[in-house]
Order: sequence, then structure tokens, then C-alpha cells
Amino acid sequence: MTTTPAPRFDGTVEASHLTRIFGDFTAVDAISFRVEKGEVFGFLGANGAGKTTAIRMLTGLLQPSSGSARVAGFDVATDPEAVKRSIGYMSQRFSLYEDLTVAENVELYAGIYGLSDAEIRGRSRDLLDRLGLGDRRHRLVRTLPLGWRQKLAFSVALVHDPGVVFLDEPTGGVDPITRRQFWEMIYEAADRGTTVFVTTHYMDEAEYCDRVSIMVDGRIAALGTPREIRDRFGVDSIDEAFVRLVRPDTSASVGSGATS
Amino acid sequence: MNALVGFMVKEVHHILRDRRTLTVLLLLPLAQVLLFGYAVRTDIRDIRVAVVDPSPDAVSRSLAQRIDGTDVFTLVTTVPTVDALEPLFQRGDIDQALVFPVDFGSNLGRAEGTSIQVVTDATDPNTGSAMADYAESVIRDWTLDRSVASAPPRVVVDVRMLFNPTLESANLFVPGLMAVLLTVVSALMTAISLSREKEQGTLEILLVSPLRPWQIIVGKVLPYLALGVGNVTTVLLAATLVFGVPLRGSVTLLFAESLLFIVVSMALGVLVAAITSSQRTAMLGSILALMLPTIILSGMIFPIASMPAPLQTVSNVVPGRWFLVIARGIMLKGAGIAELWQETLVLTGMCAVLLTAAVRRFDLRLS
Repeated sequence: MTTTPAPRFDGTVEASHLTRIFGDFTAVDAISFRVEKGEVFGFLGANGAGKTTAIRMLTGLLQPSSGSARVAGFDVATDPEAVKRSIGYMSQRFSLYEDLTVAENVELYAGIYGLSDAEIRGRSRDLLDRLGLGDRRHRLVRTLPLGWRQKLAFSVALVHDPGVVFLDEPTGGVDPITRRQFWEMIYEAADRGTTVFVTTHYMDEAEYCDRVSIMVDGRIAALGTPREIRDRFGVDSIDEAFVRLVRPDTSASVGSGATS
Repeated sequence: MNALVGFMVKEVHHILRDRRTLTVLLLLPLAQVLLFGYAVRTDIRDIRVAVVDPSPDAVSRSLAQRIDGTDVFTLVTTVPTVDALEPLFQRGDIDQALVFPVDFGSNLGRAEGTSIQVVTDATDPNTGSAMADYAESVIRDWTLDRSVASAPPRVVVDVRMLFNPTLESANLFVPGLMAVLLTVVSALMTAISLSREKEQGTLEILLVSPLRPWQIIVGKVLPYLALGVGNVTTVLLAATLVFGVPLRGSVTLLFAESLLFIVVSMALGVLVAAITSSQRTAMLGSILALMLPTIILSGMIFPIASMPAPLQTVSNVVPGRWFLVIARGIMLKGAGIAELWQETLVLTGMCAVLLTAAVRRFDLRLS
């Protein structure tokens, strides 16, 4: 195993009129977009805008009501199990087991994603060395500082070289320095060819993305590079553009608090 | 397959590293058996008796001595009139009184016979009726012994208590205790450990992973199955060694049936976890929805036959009820699968339905 394994799966994410209706409420309303391999794609939206529902459909957890989506080359409606094998996922809530050691967590997830014993050993060593956790491999995850845990969780989400990794608010509650390091890891993964599909409430992080989409009431209200979006609204930051989209009547520059 | 094995290894780590819970789970069965064995006794000993004998003679004395001679009864006092009984009962000095009529001895030989009154403290109705039964059987034996000498009686009722001739309460509660303990350990622990994953957000990761719902459930359930079998062993050892509860049937069959019952309970635990969102509600849910019905409706304490008809119907859906019949059958009657196939079939059916429902429920995922 090399230290920078290339993804074994296609990295594109493509949604076409993807829709999900709960009763008479349309949570996701015919969204269409395409994300290319190796892209860092920011998926923004206020709470309740339909982000979570969209991600659940894209990760094979929820069937679309209509429309379609292909992730890593597989149709989410007809082949969700293939989708699951080819993606990685890390949620806003902590995704490792605190009463297992660092190495046990890595090995567990590597095993769940079907790696062989030899692969698991090799990957686990490489991954922990890269993170600088080699000497702490037998420590319980509970004893690691939060920032380390988040970095470990991200590495674990990448342990099977997924084509796309979905990060659901990965930097919630993490200090600024760790956030910075975390984004460096995101860029590294993208450089290796892994598509990064990330949701965040931090608007400064949105500026780091190659492209961002902003969801409002189940629809994609804006989609483009951070510069394109700033220019379209004639504002200086994604934050201001976001506030204008989400609350059209309020004036801009309310601060990032408006996003939560 | 590798994935499933890895997942089970992780479960074993969870169980082994939570030392406090593990200790409770291992010691709870032992504590329960000892507690039930020593504290909860429904068989009665040391019944204190007073005799009211207005005209003492050899015959009445012989019966009074017969009563006093048993290891169940102790003759406390002999009084001449019934009036003396009330204060004795009120102070709690006696539990029972035998009231001889005047001229008991001389009337006994006559054709029309005589009668004897047994007065019992029925503050606790179950104990009361048991004490009355004991007294009646001693008097009947005594009458029979005398009749041999004189005229043979026309009808003799010969009551024998089968399978539990001395009416030992331990024999009755051990199978019931197994049902309750297995429900607690299996259902409660499965429900708690699944809802913990839900609460911590790790379940979300598992559901997004290639693990299939049935693999998640099997991986959760198997390690606790081992714990359940360990508990059955502890309860049986304690019951046979400490209280001398018989194990007349096949031990293998008993373990096989216990396994079946454990799986049923675990499937219930999975269902509880599926409809609750936190560990705390899962725990409350398991206790209220599973443990209490097992204690109250399984027949462990309250006989099903004496329940009102609607409750008898409800008791049919309590798995513990069927397991109780099986466990009592194997342990006390030495019954085999030929006698118990119907109950086994009911449990197997429940198992299939509940497991399917549990996997289905999980297949709905987070929607």
C-alpha cells in the first residue's frame, strides 16, 4: 500500500430533478447539479432547507420520491448498496467509538468496508503514522482531544479510498487551529482525487470550497464558485450572499450567527 | 463476513470494557436466585395452632398430638372456649385454631359422625388457604388411621401433589426467575446498546456503511446471547446446588429452549430501540413493556387460570408465559420435546415474526 492511495471509485455526484416529498411537504424540490471528481463542493443552506434530506438520498439512506441521482457512478435508487461501498461518510456528531482504541476503530471500519486483513493492517499503520498517532494507537479514543478525534474520524472515513466523501458539518465545536488543519486534510484528499461533499455552517469555510450551492426551501438558489456567487449578489463574502438568499427582507452583514 | 466478525469483536469490546455493567449482569442472576430463594417463600412452615377443646378426652388429645407432631404445626395453647380465640388472633399469637365440638370423642364413632371447625387467619388469602389445606389433610389422615380400626369409610379422597410434593416454592420460582432474568438481560441490554449507538450518532455511520441491517442486528445480538447462556448456567447451578431444585428433564433441551427464548427477547429489545430515541427511554420502555408483563402475566407469580378472561387472552402474547411452561415442564416434570412441542412452536413463531419485524424496522432506516 502506498501512503497516498488513489480512490478506487468514480468520484462524480450527479443529481437530476432529485425530489423528496414527506406527506404534503416537499423537503427537496427537484434539485439538479453535478460535482466532478476531486472537487471540494460546499453544500450550504439554513436548517430545514433540505440539506440533510438531500444528503440522505445521496448516501443511499432514503429513496427519492422522483428524479434521480448517481453517486460514484451508481444510481442511489436502484443500487444503494453499491453507493454505500464507494463512499465515505462522517457526520456532525462524533462518529468513532469512545470505548475502543484508536487502532480498533480504524480496523473496525476498514473491516466493515470489506478490506482484507492484510490491507487493514497496512492501511491502519499508514493512516496512524500520517496522523502522528502511531504511538497512541492503543489509547482509548475517549482520551484523545476533540480535534484529534475529528481528524481521526475523517481519516477513518477515507480508509477504504472512497470516490466521494460526505462530511456533514465536520468542524462543529472544533477550535480554529484544528479547523485549519482539518481543511488541509480535505485539500489533500481532493488532490488525491477524492470528491469532497461538505456541509458547513461556517461561512468562511464556504470560501475554501471549489464551488458552493446554497439551498433555500428545498431548492438550489445559487450554485457556482465563491467568486461567481459574490459577484452575482454584488457582495464581499459568501456570508452576505447567504443572508440575502435566506432572508431577502433583512439587510446584509448580519454575521455568521444568522446561519444557525 | 469479515465485516460481521469485526462488528461482533467491537460489541465484545463494548461489553468487556464496561466493567460495572458487566459485573451487574453477571451477579444479578445469582443475587436474584438467593433473594427469591430465601425471602420469597410461598410454602408455609411454623403454623401456630390453638385448640379449643370443651371436653378433653383421649380422642381429641390424640388429634391434637397428631397436629403438634407434624413439622409444619406447633400447638401453642389449648383453651376451653371459642371466646378465648379472638384476642389470640388479634395479637398475632396464633395463625390457626381447631375447634372441637362438645363430646367430640364419643360422637366420632356414631353413624351420623361429627365435625371439626378449622379457623384460619386469612389476612393473606393465599397463605390462609394453604394453611387450611394443610390442617384438613392432617385431620383426614388421622381419621383414616382411626377408621381402619373401626368401620371403613365410604369415600376416601386421596390427594397427592405431583412433581412438587412438598410444595417447595423454589421449584416454582426458578423457571419464572429464568424467564424474567433472560428478558432483562437480553431485551434490556440489546435495547440499551442499540439506542446508545443511535444517541451517539454511530448508528448513522453504520447505516451509511455497506453493513446490511441484518448484519447489524446479528452482530449486536450474538455477544449478548453468550451472556444470556452464562446467566442460565448461573441460575441453574444456584437453584440445584443451593435450593435442591430438581432438573428432571434434558439439560440440553433446557438450554436450547432458553436460547430460543433469549433470541425472542432480543428481537423485542431491537424493536424497543427502534421506536425510542434515547438510552433512557429505551430502558424505561423495556422495563414497562417487557419486564413487568413477564413478571405479572407469565404465570410466574399469579396463576394464569385465576386471571380474568381478558388478561388470560393478553397473556398469550407474553413470550415468558410459554417459556415458563417449557422450563417448568423440563425441570419439574422431566418433560421432553414430545410434550412441549406446542409451546416451542409458539416461541419459534414469535421468534420469526419479531426478528422479521426488527430487521424490517431497521430497513426503514432513518426515514
